This record gives sequence, C-alpha cells and structure tokens, in this order.
Amino acid sequence: VSRVAVLKGGRSLERQVSLRSGARVQDALERLGHEVVAIDAGTDLIRRLREASPEVAFVAMHGRDGEDGTIQELLEILGIPYTGSGVLACVRAMDKVLAKHLMGEAGIPTPEFFAFNETAFRELGAADALQAIEERLDFPIVVKPSSQGSALGIKFARTAADVPAALVAAFSYDDKVLLERHVAGRDLAVSILDGEPLPIVEAVPQSEDFYDFESRYEIGRTSFVCPAALPDGATERAQELAVRTYRLLGCYGFARVDLMLDEAGELAVLEANPIPGLTDTSLLPQAAEAAGVGFDELVGRILELAFSRTPVA
Amino acid sequence: VSISRDIERYAGLFASRTRVMKSSAMRDLMAVTARPEVISLAGGLPDTSTFPPDTFAAVTQRIAAESCAKALQYGPTEGLDETKACIAQVMAAEEMRADPEDVVVTTGGQQVIDLVTKTLIDPGDVVIAEGPTYPGAVPVFSSYQAEVVQVDVDADGMRLDLLEETLEKLDREGRRPKFIYTVPSFQNPAGVTMSLARRKRLVELAHERELLVLEDNPYGLLRYEGAATPPLYKLDGGVYVMYLGTFSKILSPGVRLGWVVAPPPVLEKINLGKQAADLCTSTLSQLMVQAYFEQSRWRDYVDSLTEIYRARRDTMLDALADHFPPQAEWTRPGGGLFIWATLPDFIDTTDLLARALRENVAFVPGEAAYLDGRGRSSMRLNFSGCDDDDIREGIRRIGEVVTEQVALYGTLTGEERRQAPVASRQGEGAGAEVLRMPSRAERERRATP
Repeated sequence: VSRVAVLKGGRSLERQVSLRSGARVQDALERLGHEVVAIDAGTDLIRRLREASPEVAFVAMHGRDGEDGTIQELLEILGIPYTGSGVLACVRAMDKVLAKHLMGEAGIPTPEFFAFNETAFRELGAADALQAIEERLDFPIVVKPSSQGSALGIKFARTAADVPAALVAAFSYDDKVLLERHVAGRDLAVSILDGEPLPIVEAVPQSEDFYDFESRYEIGRTSFVCPAALPDGATERAQELAVRTYRLLGCYGFARVDLMLDEAGELAVLEANPIPGLTDTSLLPQAAEAAGVGFDELVGRILELAFSRTPVA
Repeated sequence: VSISRDIERYAGLFASRTRVMKSSAMRDLMAVTARPEVISLAGGLPDTSTFPPDTFAAVTQRIAAESCAKALQYGPTEGLDETKACIAQVMAAEEMRADPEDVVVTTGGQQVIDLVTKTLIDPGDVVIAEGPTYPGAVPVFSSYQAEVVQVDVDADGMRLDLLEETLEKLDREGRRPKFIYTVPSFQNPAGVTMSLARRKRLVELAHERELLVLEDNPYGLLRYEGAATPPLYKLDGGVYVMYLGTFSKILSPGVRLGWVVAPPPVLEKINLGKQAADLCTSTLSQLMVQAYFEQSRWRDYVDSLTEIYRARRDTMLDALADHFPPQAEWTRPGGGLFIWATLPDFIDTTDLLARALRENVAFVPGEAAYLDGRGRSSMRLNFSGCDDDDIREGIRRIGEVVTEQVALYGTLTGEERRQAPVASRQGEGAGAEVLRMPSRAERERRATP
C-alpha cells in the first residue's frame, strides 16, 4: 500500500480525456488499497506535490505537459518515482517529426513525410517547395501538428488548394507541422505493457469520413475489434514493429503504438503514445482486458513498474 | 474470438437520439476555456457582480418570514400566480399582454426550447432556424432528431426572402415545417435585430401558412440604442407566435426561471411535457423573484445592466477596430450580449481557438451555431461577462493570432498583398450585410445631441 498522487487534467487540449483517465485510475488505486491524492495539474502543482509528499506519482495526463516530458522532468527534480516513460522517451514520442526520423533511421516503416516549422515558411520561403512536396506525396496529403496527441488539427488536403488552409490549421496547434503521405487501410493500435505487446485493437469507422476528430472518438461512430482479425502473420509483424518502436524511443512501463495496414498488406507505424488514454472507452484497457488483465490489475502493474525503473543517470 | 468491449456493451443500450448529439473537438477545447487564467469571451454570462447583496438578503429574509413552508414545497406545474404577475410586468415593459392562463413558468428559457421541440417534433420533422442560430438550441434540436433548416440572417435579421424560398422548397418536397425558431432581437449569436418590416412579414407568413413561430426574446430589454422593435408576439397577438421569456438576463440566470406563452392547445401539451420533465419549476426561485419584484425596482437594475453592457460593447467594438485585420468583419449589435465576427474563409475558428487558448483567450467557434458544418470562419464574442480591461486584452490577443494566420496564409499562397475574401459573402456566417463598425469619432459625434 502506497501513498499515490494521481496527476490529471492540466492545460492540454486533452484535458477532458485526462480527467476521465485520472478518475478511473483513482478508483482502481483505491480498490487496490492505496492512499490516493488526486491533483489537477495547475500553477500550484509543485506546492501540492510537496504537501502531499507521495511515494509515487501516477501520471494520467495526455498531450502537452503530461506526455511531452514536462511533468516527468518536474517529478525527477522532486525525486518522486512516477509511472510510464521517462523524460527522453516522452520528448521523442510526442515530437512526431523526431520519432519518425528515428524510425526511418532504424528501418521501421513509417509514411513518407516532410516537416516544417513556421520559420521555414515565414523566413525561408518554404512555400515555394510545396509543389515539389505535393508531387512527391500524392493527394490526399495528411497535414498534422507535430506534437498534438489526439486527432485535433489533423487535416486531409485533397487537392493543392487545400494545403495552405490545412497548414494554417495545423500551425494553430504547434509551431512544427508535418505533411505526410496518406496510407489507406486498416487502423491498428498495439498496446504494450512492460515491453510485451497486448492483443491488437482495430478501429473500424462507421461513418464515411473517418478523418475527423468526432467520428474517431465518438461512441457509436467507430467500433473497436479486439483482437483484430488480420491476415496471416500480420498480427505478429505489427506487434514486433510496435515493440521495436517502443524500445527505439525508450518507452517504459506502457505505451500504445498506432499503425496502418495498407491494402498490399504492408504495415507502417504512425506514432507512439507514451500515455495512452485510460478511460472506459480507451484502447489500452480494452487490449489488456482481451489479454485477461483487468483494469485494476493493469493499473497495479503500471504502478509497480514505477518503483523498478532504473534511475536516470 | 472478439470480446465485447466496454464501449459496445453500453453502446447497445443507447437510444438512437444520442447518436446525433454533438460532442466534439470543440467541446474538448471548451473544457480548457474554463481555466482561471483564460480570458473567456466564450460564455454568454450576464454580469451578476453588481446585484446588491443587501437586496438578496432582504429577499431571502422575507421568504423565510412570510412563506418558508411554501418555498420548500412543490408547486403547480404551470407556475405560481405570484410569479406570473411578475412575468406580466416584464412583458408589459415591451408592450405585450398575456393572459396568465396562457403562461407556463419554466426552468429557464432553455426548458422552453426543449418542451416546444418535445411537443412538436417527431424524428425527421423540420424546424426552421436562423443561420447562425443560438448554439444552445442545437443540442436540443439534435436530441429530438429534428431536421433543422437554417435560413441566413443579415443586418436586419432572418432573411425573409430566403425563408420564403425555403418554405416553397419544403412545400414542393411535401414537407411541412413544424415551427420556426427565431431570436429576433439582438440575436444570439449574430447580434442582429429583425427589422419591423420583416417581423410583420414573418407574422403574415405564419398566418398564411398556419406555421408556429417560437420567438426567443431574452435580450429585448437590454437595448443600448435606437427605438424598441415590437416583439413578434405583440404583432401576432399570440395566435401563431409562441413566446419565450426569461429572468436570466434581466435578473439572474442562477434562479433558472423562464416562461412560455402559447396558444392553449399547445400550452396544454407543453404543460404535460413539463410535468414529465420536472413536475414544477423551483418554488423557492419563483418566490424569490416575487419578493424581489415587490420590494425593488427591477427596471432600475435592468437600466444599470444596460449602462454597463453598452460601455462594454463599445469597448469591444473599439478593440476590434484596433486589433482585427482589415479582412475581418463583425456585427454591431444594438443590444444583447454578443458580437459575431467573420474571418477570411481559410481560417477555421475551431482550430484558431486552439491557437487562441495558447494565448489564454477564448471565444465560441462559429460552427457551434450551425447544424450543417457552416460557420467555420466565424466566431461569437461575448462582451457582458468581462470587464473593460479583459475585453480589450482578449480582443488584442485574438486579433494578434488572426493577423498571424492571415500573414501565414499569405506567405503560403504567395499572395501576401492580396485582400483575402471574407467568408461570409454567400451563406457562410452572418453574412450578407454585416455592418461596418463606425469609428470612435463617428460614434461620439452621434452620441452628442
């Protein structure tokens, strides 16, 4: 039995989801007999952590601050052990551009892309290169902010005329954006617990236009199949790619890797989420349950792992 | 073997009407706007900070002394006679008269929209609303699976020519709209007011076609200039116009007190619907309003609010002129709580909100006021809920991010010097004849007799 601080909420655009993840984790920890202090991460975070003096922190925050290494850095400074990936893995995973470059270098397939910050357009005339990019990637092109954790700000440019507005939208979320080749196919999520892959969840869109935030996260508009029924060998290959990505980025404890399986049977890794959702509709808990690991047990194991992390040098 | 997921376990139990309820990127964004460091021009909040606490204390003491047991008890579904007497006073202030028998007191004006829709709409039935319409009506219409047809507004309110076209078209398709929902005075969100000529024509149309109209009038008494325009209810005499009133903007939204006036057969059904929904409106709230009306001059308080809001509107208009780029347009409301601004069509205001939140400022993205995905380049700005400093600073910050995006788009298209078109020309946004904001000098000249 430990005194656990559950960190949730914060300023991220995924605040709502985080509050739900946090509440559910709190309940599980209490059922497991822990003493729980819930903290909505705000300007008084450090003060409240010092007051609570927890033995361990469960980070249930998504997106900015929680998933980009900021909170982890603060917890390192305070000397409080915490769940999930460390600072470096968070930095690598949240920055899609960095993660994709690392994947490319390690030979992990990821859709071809080009990334720019605003300076490139404002000061270096990058707009003149857009046509070359468009020719190289083919339409539709996916335009997305580099560090947004959810589907917010992701636009599908169907023609060249759509590209500037899509870029303006993506820059609303981040100073760095990427233009990515669109992969049509099946949307897979491989959750990983303690370095081991869990059964794959496939998201099957119910509505025609899958490419918006609403349908992706809305009950009734996407159905989830777990374990996904995939062609021979695809499950193993997807799991192997996911684990390689997890290790490459240096993730710890748990994570979720999203992939696409295209019509030719090729797999490509889209991104890794160091703190995937833990709500009652989230994919990691679904995958764990399919593997016979209930939510309380899942939370318990993630917590235990916080204590056995090799200290950062 | 696929196992049944939590989500699907419950999803199987949901009524089909929940599938059309809006939940969105926007809702997630709006969750962040509630944080204290954010200057929110997104709310529709009246300023309750100037209500005298002494009056509040006197009101509650009076209830404690005179009607404690009654205040703690259930009341009649249609509301207390004492409350209806106050309602009569408020309606008389806009030269309307309603038989107390034709009034049902409701839990806020919002309940009226819900009850009227519940009473009149079967799934797939048509409701005609303004485009843009009150964002709070959108989830109501959705949850009853109404098919909403939105008719654009301009500076003179709902465009009656488009309404007639729409009615003709529906006729040809053999569909009859059940009711027309309108906020004719100082509209939420566009801030525009329906002209007298259009009001007369709308009432005429309602009579010709035997169509019900739901007139939502929360802001009629919050008028900052010009002469009052008679409510549709007054022009029609309560034959086809159902009237929605509320104490929210003239006293307090916290008392959750509104009312509906409707023809007796409709009212009877509304009353049954209300009984099912909540039995009766809070007796305590009703008695508070009664006590307040008896011991204070409620018009004085409305006048004081009007003074405050007029000044804030002017502050916002000045700030918009100072900080928004020339490609932006906005309305100039003669009352109410909102200004509707429309940006070049390459700016999506939902995404812009994410950018604005990084600067700790918020507004309502225009898409909230449409059911058909339009309005994406517009925004609703509230000027009643913030003080002058916050309004100025909030608009400055929004102006900065808009200017930044306009410049970025110019860079991306290589057309920096091109004047980008405003999105509102055809259909999009509050559109057509959006008013240009007069300069401060012009306004001062006008204010000087």
